[in-house]
Amino acid sequence: MRSLADRPVNPSVGETVAHESAALHVTGTALYTDDLVFRGARVLHLWPVQAPHAHARVTALRTAPAMTVPGVVRVLTAEDVPGTNDAGTKHDEPLFPDEVMYYGHAVCWVLGETLEAARLGAAAVEVEYEPLPSILTLTEAIAAQSFQGNQPTVARGDAAAALAAAPHRFTGEFEMGGQEHFYLETHASLAHVDESGQVFVQSSTQHPTETQEIVAHVLGLHAHDVTVQCLRMGGGFGGKEMQPHGLAAVAALGAVLSGRPVRMRLNRTQDMTMTGKRHPFHATWEVGFDDDGHLLALRATITSDGGWSLDLSEPVLARALCHIDNAYFIPDVEVHGRIGKTHKTSQTAFRGFGGPQGMLVIEDILGRCAPALGIDPAELRRRNLYEPGQSTHYGQPVRHAERLRDVWDQVVERSDFEARRQQVAAFNAAHRHLKRGIAITPVKFGISFNFTAFNQAGALVHVYKDGSVLINHGGTEMGQGLHTKMRQVAATALGLPLGRVRLAPTRTDKVPNTSATAASSGADLNGGAIKDACDQIRERLAEVAARKLNVHPDDVRFVDGRVTGIGFHDQDLSFEEVVGAAYSQRVQLFAAGYYRTDGIHWDASRMQGEPFKYFSFGAAVSEVEVDGFTGAYRFVRTDIVHDVGDSLSPLIDLGQIEGGFVQGAGWLTLEELRWDTSDGEHRGRLATQAASTYKLPSFSEMPEELNVHLYERATESGVVYGSKAVGEPPLMLAFSVREALRAAAAAFGPEGTVVELASPATPEAVYWALDAARSAERSGPGAPRSKTGLPARHDGGAAAPGAAAPGAAAPGAEETARTGTPGAADADGRRPEPVART
Amino acid sequence: MEPIQVTVNGQVRNADGAGPHTSLLDWLRGQGLTGAKEGCAEGECGACAVLVARPDGPEGATWTAVNACLPPALAFDGQEVLTAEGLGTAPGACAVEDLHPVQREMAQRGGSQCGYCTPGFVCAMAAEYYRPGRSRAEASAPEETGTGATGEDHAADHEVGPNGFDLHALSGNLCRCTGYRPIRDAAYALGAPEETDPLAGRRHAPAPAPRHTRLRTGAGEFVRPGSLEELFDELDQHPDAVLVAGATDAGVERNIRHTRPRLVLAVDRLAPLRTLRTSADSIELGAALTLSEIESALDGRVPLLAALFPQFASRLIRNAATLGGNLGTASPIGDAAPVLLALDAALVLASRDGEREVPLADYFTGYRTSVREPGEIIRAVRIPLPLARATAFHKIAKRRFDDISSVAVAIAARVEDGTVEDVRIGLGGVAATPVRARATEEALRGRPWTADTAVAAAEVMAGEGTPLDDHRASARYRRAMLEQSLLRFFAQTQPAESLEVSR
Repeated sequence: MRSLADRPVNPSVGETVAHESAALHVTGTALYTDDLVFRGARVLHLWPVQAPHAHARVTALRTAPAMTVPGVVRVLTAEDVPGTNDAGTKHDEPLFPDEVMYYGHAVCWVLGETLEAARLGAAAVEVEYEPLPSILTLTEAIAAQSFQGNQPTVARGDAAAALAAAPHRFTGEFEMGGQEHFYLETHASLAHVDESGQVFVQSSTQHPTETQEIVAHVLGLHAHDVTVQCLRMGGGFGGKEMQPHGLAAVAALGAVLSGRPVRMRLNRTQDMTMTGKRHPFHATWEVGFDDDGHLLALRATITSDGGWSLDLSEPVLARALCHIDNAYFIPDVEVHGRIGKTHKTSQTAFRGFGGPQGMLVIEDILGRCAPALGIDPAELRRRNLYEPGQSTHYGQPVRHAERLRDVWDQVVERSDFEARRQQVAAFNAAHRHLKRGIAITPVKFGISFNFTAFNQAGALVHVYKDGSVLINHGGTEMGQGLHTKMRQVAATALGLPLGRVRLAPTRTDKVPNTSATAASSGADLNGGAIKDACDQIRERLAEVAARKLNVHPDDVRFVDGRVTGIGFHDQDLSFEEVVGAAYSQRVQLFAAGYYRTDGIHWDASRMQGEPFKYFSFGAAVSEVEVDGFTGAYRFVRTDIVHDVGDSLSPLIDLGQIEGGFVQGAGWLTLEELRWDTSDGEHRGRLATQAASTYKLPSFSEMPEELNVHLYERATESGVVYGSKAVGEPPLMLAFSVREALRAAAAAFGPEGTVVELASPATPEAVYWALDAARSAERSGPGAPRSKTGLPARHDGGAAAPGAAAPGAAAPGAEETARTGTPGAADADGRRPEPVART
Repeated sequence: MEPIQVTVNGQVRNADGAGPHTSLLDWLRGQGLTGAKEGCAEGECGACAVLVARPDGPEGATWTAVNACLPPALAFDGQEVLTAEGLGTAPGACAVEDLHPVQREMAQRGGSQCGYCTPGFVCAMAAEYYRPGRSRAEASAPEETGTGATGEDHAADHEVGPNGFDLHALSGNLCRCTGYRPIRDAAYALGAPEETDPLAGRRHAPAPAPRHTRLRTGAGEFVRPGSLEELFDELDQHPDAVLVAGATDAGVERNIRHTRPRLVLAVDRLAPLRTLRTSADSIELGAALTLSEIESALDGRVPLLAALFPQFASRLIRNAATLGGNLGTASPIGDAAPVLLALDAALVLASRDGEREVPLADYFTGYRTSVREPGEIIRAVRIPLPLARATAFHKIAKRRFDDISSVAVAIAARVEDGTVEDVRIGLGGVAATPVRARATEEALRGRPWTADTAVAAAEVMAGEGTPLDDHRASARYRRAMLEQSLLRFFAQTQPAESLEVSR
């Protein structure tokens, strides 16, 4: 019972229980930040004045006209800020800017008696702008060398030499889109000033401590003057890790200045135009394989679109660099990372945090190169999976690499992969206008914050005299089921039925200095802290019980609300009795718990170390069907085997896996952010700023058959009750969908067709991919392949066995590949080679 | 003046405080009923869904799910509304858990994660739970044509559970957390309502009658006229008044573009606009019938409309939206217009001076403009009979359910003895108005219905309209889709085993 991973008998963890707020959710009685507005009186409302320029200087700001609008109370501007006019932890985000950095940037906020008054007041504010040149796309940023933050390189071995010696070399270029979080609950804060100047902010935030810090920073107060509470969020997905702070600060400023409660809620349009998203990435790459398809070397430059401020772009980039291997061993690696600075929203954390983008690069490489190598994509991937004893390119041994292969083999078996490949082939032979594709992809994802200091957590556990338990921890609930798991952890540690444990809302005056609920680490960190607090209390109670039971304290057991001596069944005490006795004996019945992840280290300057406590593994097989007339598709079936260690709460974990998978499929297929990149007057405006134009998955994108299996006997030593994190890794199982679409598109062409697929693979993108494959068919073998965009090949014509695909090894292949955009040269000035561009 | 009252969860509440531009959602939330949420404010996410008692014939009512963010609260004067709070009770301080069957299934199966979309899902699911006749087996018969082989059934395929639950009932609800599988499982696990269920019992009494509502505030005026004459009087005095039926467009204008018309005229319950008449030579659809009402009443009688409905927005929208509203806005991307153009439909325009019939093909005059005169309303849509036998509706969109089309193509052809005797093709999304593909029609009319004809006509089709690049699709893709739609139509009309299209 002393080890973090060991479970006692009859533990609450591992039981299938509903979300702890499920009954509140379904009855509409669960409260979100903006629901609280209607419980208070005299609440004021905020509306932003958003700039209609991608980049401009504010030359005049006249607020007086707004004050003539009935119901307008005040206009909040930079002059009102008592502390620092800055909302970013990097101090590069003026809260009230005099330089507009993106279309929709809020230059000031209007406070009104009603939302309508605030809106009309905002319309009345007169702002003059001097438009400035703007950079919008990654292509523009690279061309202009518009970068921000650090430019790290992660390397192992000698990639240049290994590439030169590789029997098969390919180069390519790839650009992937970002993703809007589209949490159903938009950003919201409700601030008021309590007795004696204590500022109380309720906020939909994944990082209450940082919200507290920024509010204090803006107001010129100390942290102890500000309390932040988060009841729950209507979804976060990383979008509320960094973005809520400034918005909460505006509400707090309004409350301080007006003396009244102030509500800030972004409507959907404001939320989409003002807050950050997943980073788009651009990659140029060069890869080498041996004759058997083993990866030999990878040299790449990846550039993220960070938007206007740095935000979390550096750690996002670091995670991308650390995940460019996904689950594959690459002996020699040299990857450079850069962060583009553009006049767009400040891109930020989003489930996976750069991991998906890094992993997508290698998955795209393998998907494009497999036919050119003449190796089946599934076989190519399996051949390159990490073996036990191997380490990542940043120097971390891949512990339990055998589980990765085991997970892979299990999903192959469970999905009936081999037989279904035959069925898909038969289907494709029988259908001219419909083609199916089936693909398998793995996931290996490192768990822990790359930023080592964040890997700590606190908790506060109270046992009341009646034996009821109230727990509090630093993590926030955004739907991921953290609170459910934390109740199960506490019930397990105290040997109580789940119903005896109640959880109190997350607030900074209960548990201080918390880390963001992010990086999938919520249950690992806070669970460790809660267990620590409960263990302290249980050990004190064990001494009390031992005296009553006449046994050694080490032999006292707490099971299902009863307290017994080990092996004794004739004599037991109720938990309440023991608690009552402890109180009488003046034994402390509450405890603060603390947890820090041990054994991790990271040298950010060298990009080497062991930043992750462990890796999560998973693999998915997806089958899709594509309509040759339109490129439209449906998701026929997906099978997943995923490793969550020993699950703390199977229903919760299943929900995270399925939801993450569908969200990943949305990113890769459907969700498309489009900005106005013209030189017109709306340059920089987000064109997809509503649910009607930005489509997230609905029922129609759920695989018609979805089978998820939790990998068994997967105890993760060193983590609370043997579990593993689950929040982010399943998102990347969706690579299987994208690769299945590639396979289906290829099926419209001759065998071995190389398919380039844009990301997201919208029906339009799939249509162009399959149309190119069809053109290849029409042209016939050996004909020039003008549209397929084959990865350019540099193997001196030494065609791999089976690489008989038309044109695959043709000398003309390099010529057919389009040259990369100007400025796409690597930062170190290497000569850009001909590349295929998506 | 009569007080304005809405019955919410069985309790009568005074709604005089609502202005003409207060949505039902904002009013409910202001009442402290915060279960319904705002997720998008444009009827796309369903987080605000509530149930309304709507007429099911003169003697019955049906619990109908609608988005609360779109219609004005005043439109519910005298009506009965249910929210998630009214369906069941969560355990709480001195409260015992008493969940509705829909709520129980959703809670136990992991149907909620963050819970924000959940009340809306619960309401949309409850409407389907109470739908009369749901438990009947509703498996669709296999198609005889080659549609299965062309993928034609993709966009509109009916997903129905073993309990008769039509998954399209939830097509207007978005969830960002679960991936939907547990929600589908919850929906498919529902049994039949119990005899004693008061909400089931409510269906056997008439729905509340519309009230003659009139309210003026500083922000504007809301009037529900009692007759066509009164409506025309109001239009005479206020030519800039906005007519509202389901408010599925006007509500978006109000929420997103902040339009605040001085007068809102509710026409959704005016009897002359709610007729559905079939004669020997036409079918007349009242302009204020909701799409769901038409869908249910026609029951597949017009196959092209039957193909349209499942792809028209979502069930939540179809429960409120009307053909009158869809055509009244004269949007170039509405999906109804292409279908009605292919059906050779005409609009019955009514004014104080009487009625006139305008072919839909002559109705649109430009971007969001039409021949409709001030003071004139759309009373009905008339579809001539007999219907062409061979029809297709192709909606090109990013998402299969509930998306706005980048291109919509509707084709209705009369093919006799292997010859195209007549054909009409309606297009959406490729010009400033919905248009007929007249050149393509010409290239088909009188020709043998062969692959060569289809290929030749497809080339003509690719040149129809003036497609643009935008966030939905590129012009190039739109042109390709025009071309492909004719090839697809040809494939669809061929027996499944001989599906070959030479290109």
